[in-house]
Amino acid sequence: MGFEGIGAAVRRKEDLRFLSGRGHYTDDINRPGQLYASIRRADRPHARIKGIDTAAAKASPGVAAVFTGADMAADNIGGLPCGWQIHNKDGSPMAEPPHPVLAVDKVRHVGDPVAVVIAATRQQAKDAAEALVIDYEDLPSIAGLRDAIAPGAPLVHDEVAGNLCYDWHIGDKALVDAAFARATKVVKLDLENNRLIPNAMEPRAALGDFDSMSGDYTLFTTSQNPHVIRLLMGAFVLHIPENHLRVVAPDVGGGFGSKIYHYAEEAIVTWAAGKLKRPVKWTADRSESFMSDAHGRDHVSTAEMALDADGHFLALRVSTLANMGAYLSTFAPCVPTYLYATLLAGVYKTPAIYVEVKAVFTNSVPVDAYRGAGRPEATYLLERLVDVIARETGIDRVELRRRNFIANDAFPYQTPVALQYDSGDYTATLNAALKVADYAGFAQRRAAAAARGKLRGIGVSTYLEACGIAPSAVVGSLGARAGLYECANIRVHPTGSVTVFTGSHSHGQGHETTFAQLVHSQLGVAMDQIEIVHGDTDKIPFGMGTYGSRSLAVGGSAMVKAMDKVIAKGRKIAAHLMEAAVDDVEFKDGKFTVAGTDKSRALAEISLAAYVPHNYPIEELEPGLEETAFYDPKNFTYPGGCHIAEVEIDPETGVTTVINFTAVDDVGRVINPMIVEGQVQGGVAQGIGQALLEAAIYDKSGQLLSGSMMDYTMPRADNLPNITVGTESTLCTHNPLGVKGCGEVGAIGSPPAIMNAVVDALADYGVRHIEMPATAPKLWSIIQAGRPRLAAE
Amino acid sequence: MYDFAYQKPSNVADAVAALGADPEAKAVAGGMTLIPVLKQRLNRPSVVVDLAKTGLAGITAGAGSITIGAMTTHAAVAHSADVQRVIPALAALAGLIGDEQVRHRGTIGGSLANNDPAADYPAAALALGATITTTKRAIKADDFFQGMFTTALEPDELITKVEFPAATKANYQKFRNPASRYAIVGVFVAQTAAGVRVAVTGAGQGGVFRHTAMEAALSKNFSADAIADVVTPADDLNGDIHASSEYRAHLIGVMARRAVAAAA
Repeated sequence: MGFEGIGAAVRRKEDLRFLSGRGHYTDDINRPGQLYASIRRADRPHARIKGIDTAAAKASPGVAAVFTGADMAADNIGGLPCGWQIHNKDGSPMAEPPHPVLAVDKVRHVGDPVAVVIAATRQQAKDAAEALVIDYEDLPSIAGLRDAIAPGAPLVHDEVAGNLCYDWHIGDKALVDAAFARATKVVKLDLENNRLIPNAMEPRAALGDFDSMSGDYTLFTTSQNPHVIRLLMGAFVLHIPENHLRVVAPDVGGGFGSKIYHYAEEAIVTWAAGKLKRPVKWTADRSESFMSDAHGRDHVSTAEMALDADGHFLALRVSTLANMGAYLSTFAPCVPTYLYATLLAGVYKTPAIYVEVKAVFTNSVPVDAYRGAGRPEATYLLERLVDVIARETGIDRVELRRRNFIANDAFPYQTPVALQYDSGDYTATLNAALKVADYAGFAQRRAAAAARGKLRGIGVSTYLEACGIAPSAVVGSLGARAGLYECANIRVHPTGSVTVFTGSHSHGQGHETTFAQLVHSQLGVAMDQIEIVHGDTDKIPFGMGTYGSRSLAVGGSAMVKAMDKVIAKGRKIAAHLMEAAVDDVEFKDGKFTVAGTDKSRALAEISLAAYVPHNYPIEELEPGLEETAFYDPKNFTYPGGCHIAEVEIDPETGVTTVINFTAVDDVGRVINPMIVEGQVQGGVAQGIGQALLEAAIYDKSGQLLSGSMMDYTMPRADNLPNITVGTESTLCTHNPLGVKGCGEVGAIGSPPAIMNAVVDALADYGVRHIEMPATAPKLWSIIQAGRPRLAAE
Repeated sequence: MYDFAYQKPSNVADAVAALGADPEAKAVAGGMTLIPVLKQRLNRPSVVVDLAKTGLAGITAGAGSITIGAMTTHAAVAHSADVQRVIPALAALAGLIGDEQVRHRGTIGGSLANNDPAADYPAAALALGATITTTKRAIKADDFFQGMFTTALEPDELITKVEFPAATKANYQKFRNPASRYAIVGVFVAQTAAGVRVAVTGAGQGGVFRHTAMEAALSKNFSADAIADVVTPADDLNGDIHASSEYRAHLIGVMARRAVAAAA
């Protein structure tokens, strides 16, 4: 066995299970006497429910129950809560309309759950759900942001005027206005961030169980954060105290944010299990996923940069409309505010920034965090704007970036939009990426492509993100209704093997490997004697879960802290056994040694003494060797880097091929470089998907036109180039591991790199900006319309 | 999926009888269209008649033609040395259908009988002037395709085999829908003893069609340049969220020129 500690590319322990079909997912779990739920969803974007005739459904074979919103209301079931409250410019709280579990008076988007049928088999439940007769009165509806804020637009919620959830701002408006007044040049760009549908490989599922003897409920669910679900569902929806509610998130096949939120189906199956005293399972089919999983992105923005004569950024002014969909999903309000506007400084020393964000309700599926969550939107806006500035000022786009970079000696760097960056070296990642991508040799490759009749472009994106969320007091002051620490429990067993109980949740990230490497490094325990347990509220003390690239930075730090406690206690036990002073006992490589002597005790000897405390400092120390720590981060972490994309466009068809992609990221200390590479590649794949392929398309009324894999273009292997991943790390200064996080960087840095390359490729066609996704017909139209300047000369 | 009865007859006659006995019966060949449709509850057959054991698979090379049994999979066609030798464009087309899994289940008979307006095989059948033999008769490709998802087949009539005349030159160019990977535009160009034909799939509102203007130009001069100025009207073409009718019209020209240039 070679080196397996921090920095080793250890193969993923969990992959044998996953790759051989032996993962254990929510839908694999079956309980005795289990029933199946099928949910009847709205087939229209906006309608009043005049009546629901359940008679035929109730009489349908195998049906155990039919429930509607009225039944839930009669049981005093609460609505789905929102976990974040944003305040308007005037200090008043955002509009927070009710979000009933099952629709009560109105349906507000295609896919809105209206009724649930519970039957002996899945097919019987579906048959009966089709037999429900729902009498709708259709109402006018809107799906687009601009339509929704237009005067006289139909109201998604009667009580929310203008469909405006909030009108928020950040930054110093007067300072920005003054900078614009003295600017030599102002560059303005209108742009959209396309709406995406996450499509995790495993569809969502939920299985509710109820023990009528104990009164205990158990929910098995496809969640990234089972404790958060227990808290939200128990406290706000079903009113079940924690001691009677267990939430288990077993193996979960991908989340990307879409499995953070507390969804209606979780509450439905848990509540129904209690009503029927039978287990109730619901599993989404893919069509349901399209219309019920929270979507991502969907911004419309205007950005303006004020510049001096040398191309220095003087001030940035941004105005954004953000789509919330029909209801507020769990974290939706914070995405276009504190995960977006605060990122608009990027890697640049822009001294003044002012951002206004209007969040808007529409008749569409709720929108919430999706891999990157706000930061891809910010990065796309900023990096597209920088390229437009370069073109319009004639300053080379790389030089323009260098000229405005925050200098290496400027850290800690306070941005004008709240964040304080702790570390970074943007020049280092840029230089490394330029070298790996052979940026200098691009002109030759472009000429060679032109000789083949192809349009070749190269695009650079220098980005930064904030993750490792988040300091509880800070986010609390910003409207979060929860803390964002993490918890770890380290149990050293009598013979020295270790079980880690972590509040982080793994749904593809490789935690069982990375976390084991942490324990192996710090405690010297062999990898095969370390078990990582997650995803069960009955086993783990508490947890805030996995999102925002926080598992290692926050969850890993909690483990380090807990292991520090284990070592501290171990030193006391070792001092007793070796008759030495505690201060003289050192711990290294799994051994407690008396300094300057050859006396030592292995961790397993100490743990055995702790559990068999015959010779033990029992007066001063409790037996056992198990410690719990909660770690609350002191700041966000700030990964950043440079992504470079090279594309070729076929002018005859408009098809873009990504020729190669280079990502050089600063993710802080790397625990497992293979896993980092995989995370970045996956993120880049999603970024390429957003830039070139993916679009959730609604018609004006709110019918989802891209509601299946036949019409929604997920990236596939043949859409992707070889992705070269490198790291140039500076360490995070405020967490014990120096880690920053790598889960989202790929999806954040890549879309503007691709789009900058696409615009670059079409430079001769007089194009200034292209909205994502840059599909073939869109580029073909641009090519048709644009008279190549070269041809005109 | 709704409940249905399932039959798996061991010969063609029994299959035809089963289909004739029940107007709500549906035949399933490879199931690559029917099974997704059933899973989405968009179709409710009383009985599904599985043709897997009817002995209709197989490829034979004749003098100047290739005959393919209705139940032959796309993968078998793509990998057939005979097809690759006699009509390489047909083997290449089969290799472009769906993905590896689909190609090992989907069949030529199923594809032709379904006549999806974005399917690939109808373009080959029409351009090569194939003869589709059924349990009742032989039907010329020109008479077989009768609009999207519509063919000359009667309810209890099954395709048994398809005969493709050899081509002196042929090629198929497919522009895929990026999501479904069906053809947004597919153009099959063939020069056979009967002349030059250009068949277009994916684009037409009525399904596969012959591009007679291009055929006329290519008959005089089989070169990409000969059709460079042939304009395809967009009026009768499909438009959807993936491609406007104008874009499809343009792509027909691009794919046709590429097919002619690549035809061997």
